[in-house]
Amino acid sequence: MTGSDAALAAAFGMATTVPQAAALGFEPGTIADGKAMMSLPWRADLVEDDSSQALASGIITTMLDHCGGMAVTAVKVGQFHPATLDLRIDFLRPAAARAAVTVQVHCYRVAGPIAYVRGEAWDLDPADPIATVQGAFVHNGVPA
Amino acid sequence: MSQDKLSALVAGSPYLKFLGLELTAVEGGVLATLPFSPHLVGNVQLPALHGGVLAAFMEATAKAGLLALADVNTPPVASNVTIDYLRSGRPVLTYARARLVKVGRRVSNVHVEAWQEDVTRPVAALRGHFLMG
Repeated sequence: MTGSDAALAAAFGMATTVPQAAALGFEPGTIADGKAMMSLPWRADLVEDDSSQALASGIITTMLDHCGGMAVTAVKVGQFHPATLDLRIDFLRPAAARAAVTVQVHCYRVAGPIAYVRGEAWDLDPADPIATVQGAFVHNGVPA
Repeated sequence: MSQDKLSALVAGSPYLKFLGLELTAVEGGVLATLPFSPHLVGNVQLPALHGGVLAAFMEATAKAGLLALADVNTPPVASNVTIDYLRSGRPVLTYARARLVKVGRRVSNVHVEAWQEDVTRPVAALRGHFLMG
């Protein structure tokens, strides 16, 4: 699936204009073919606990949710942001200490009002993920 | 004793302080509360809390529930979570309670519901497996 210029611009904007995204400091990456990528630099006030110094699992969830919404927006742009219906996240291992995290989520299917996504998060190597996601969003968009 | 462990969980976690959640030991477990703050918004049009914020809040509630009631001293680690979004999280105080469905030596199963004004109208639910420390 490919998005129109308006859909891609809307998806890019979500990474920075949403208050929670701005508070965390999301940095949008490539958005193409229904796949959205986004990174978060490491920050001391976002770690799970002071001893591990790894970005919190709740941050990973928030990134995967947010990037899923960007991927859906990239293929379906509507009046409202897509709403998350459900997420299933497997935490494969903790993020490395003081490491930035990158996520990529693919909106691989839209059927009626539901958009289906899957994706992963990694710190140093995309082939060694720290978490995977499978989810569904409700969109009200028109084909981009 | 439980309240000490809960207070230490938040005090030792920069991210939980970033969220601003509070954990209170109550009869039979933990009551988690998340005061509204503008930086938690995920949709400015509605406005609504970010789905990731609700997920992180419920994950922390599950860990706190295990920490308070199970015989563990280190916080459990999330292995997997499934989150259902039931209603939009409005910009008000949010509550969550955990139900420890199965407490195991290595893995525990926990269900969490989050609600706002009306406990019978949950805004989100989480089911998760947690590795015991």
